[in-house]
Amino acid sequence: MIELLKFDFPGHKSPLHPLRGSAFAGVVNSGNLEVLIESVDIGGKCQVQVKTSANGFHSTWAAVLEDFFARNRFADIKVFINDFGATPAVVSLRLDQAAADIMEGGAK
Amino acid sequence: MNLADWRRRDSFYEASARRRILGLLDKNSFQELLGPAERITSPHLEQLGFPVSFDDGVVIGSGSLDGKKVLIAAQESGFMGGSVGEVHGAKITGLLQSALTSNVTAVLLVLDTGGVRLHEANAGLAAISEILRAAFSVREAGIPILVLIGGTNGCFGGTGIFTSCCDYVIMSEEGRWSVAGPEVIETVSGVEEFDSRDRALVWRTMGGKHRFLLGEADRLVVDDIKAFRAAAAELMQKPKTFTLESILQEHRRLGDRLTTYGECKDALDIWKKMGIPEFNCIPLMDNDAFHAAVKPYLNGKEKYHEH
Repeated sequence: MIELLKFDFPGHKSPLHPLRGSAFAGVVNSGNLEVLIESVDIGGKCQVQVKTSANGFHSTWAAVLEDFFARNRFADIKVFINDFGATPAVVSLRLDQAAADIMEGGAK
Repeated sequence: MNLADWRRRDSFYEASARRRILGLLDKNSFQELLGPAERITSPHLEQLGFPVSFDDGVVIGSGSLDGKKVLIAAQESGFMGGSVGEVHGAKITGLLQSALTSNVTAVLLVLDTGGVRLHEANAGLAAISEILRAAFSVREAGIPILVLIGGTNGCFGGTGIFTSCCDYVIMSEEGRWSVAGPEVIETVSGVEEFDSRDRALVWRTMGGKHRFLLGEADRLVVDDIKAFRAAAAELMQKPKTFTLESILQEHRRLGDRLTTYGECKDALDIWKKMGIPEFNCIPLMDNDAFHAAVKPYLNGKEKYHEH
């Protein structure tokens, strides 16, 4: 079964980058995932929705995402993830790729 | 190709669908349609416990190639084997239909697929028939459809049949193109008929070199996105006539081929019968050596439309 996980983060109080549009990274291949980041006005929060084929890893996702938001001064973004059993290191890599892309202006 | 050129290659085989599109089209020209941000995903996979993808494994859109407007679709080999599900198929069908009203020079299809997505079997099969119908309308309108095959999955199943219905096919040696894939043949007919783990057998039966020698692939290029781009830029300028007569002519060519090579048990027998002196060495030749070795023996074997 596909497990749906939702996470809310408070968002950074002084976000570093004014973000626009959306950014995308990765492929839903075995041991891999895709990450879509959208810039939306949600009152300064950051929301993450994960759909994963590997069930029972809620706390691992929470830890990886907490690290991600600690590394990046983000606010007002939504992150959508489709995961096919990626390891935490791969998840972090794809998140960082999408983050780098949206900080450069994202897709048109 | 010398070592320095080899290192400068931008491997088509290794690249993702998005990377291939960016390398094939003019810089900054690609405009994606129904991109990941739209999140139009498969309605079937999640019910079966499989993850979905925001683009359903195919990237479609428009752009330019040498300044000429083209439409392009590229299947993502990593997602469900590049397979054609309902949304995936509808995106390709819609792209083809839009060619009829968007004044484009050609449609480029980067296929990297096992065929229909079995998890969505009926919807996937219906999608293939819709793609075929749309493709024939595009060809009838005189807009060439070019298929590019050089990825990890090759091009098999219904998508393999569809490829035969397009105007031009560009392959690399690494590409494979057939209807039933190696494992399917082995499962149905036994390992004596076809050993799917014999990679040399798989490549000399379905690989780019054999497809080129049989006249099915119009160009055989090195595994480099730039080489695929150059071949596509050349062929898209050569629209073909698509009439009942051209189809009958193609059927006669296939009939003649069956008469000539029908008794052959292996691709090696066909290459020998073609009169290629070094037929045994063909699998080991690089692209330049291959073209030099086979060129004198291709006369009359090319497709009817090569003029």
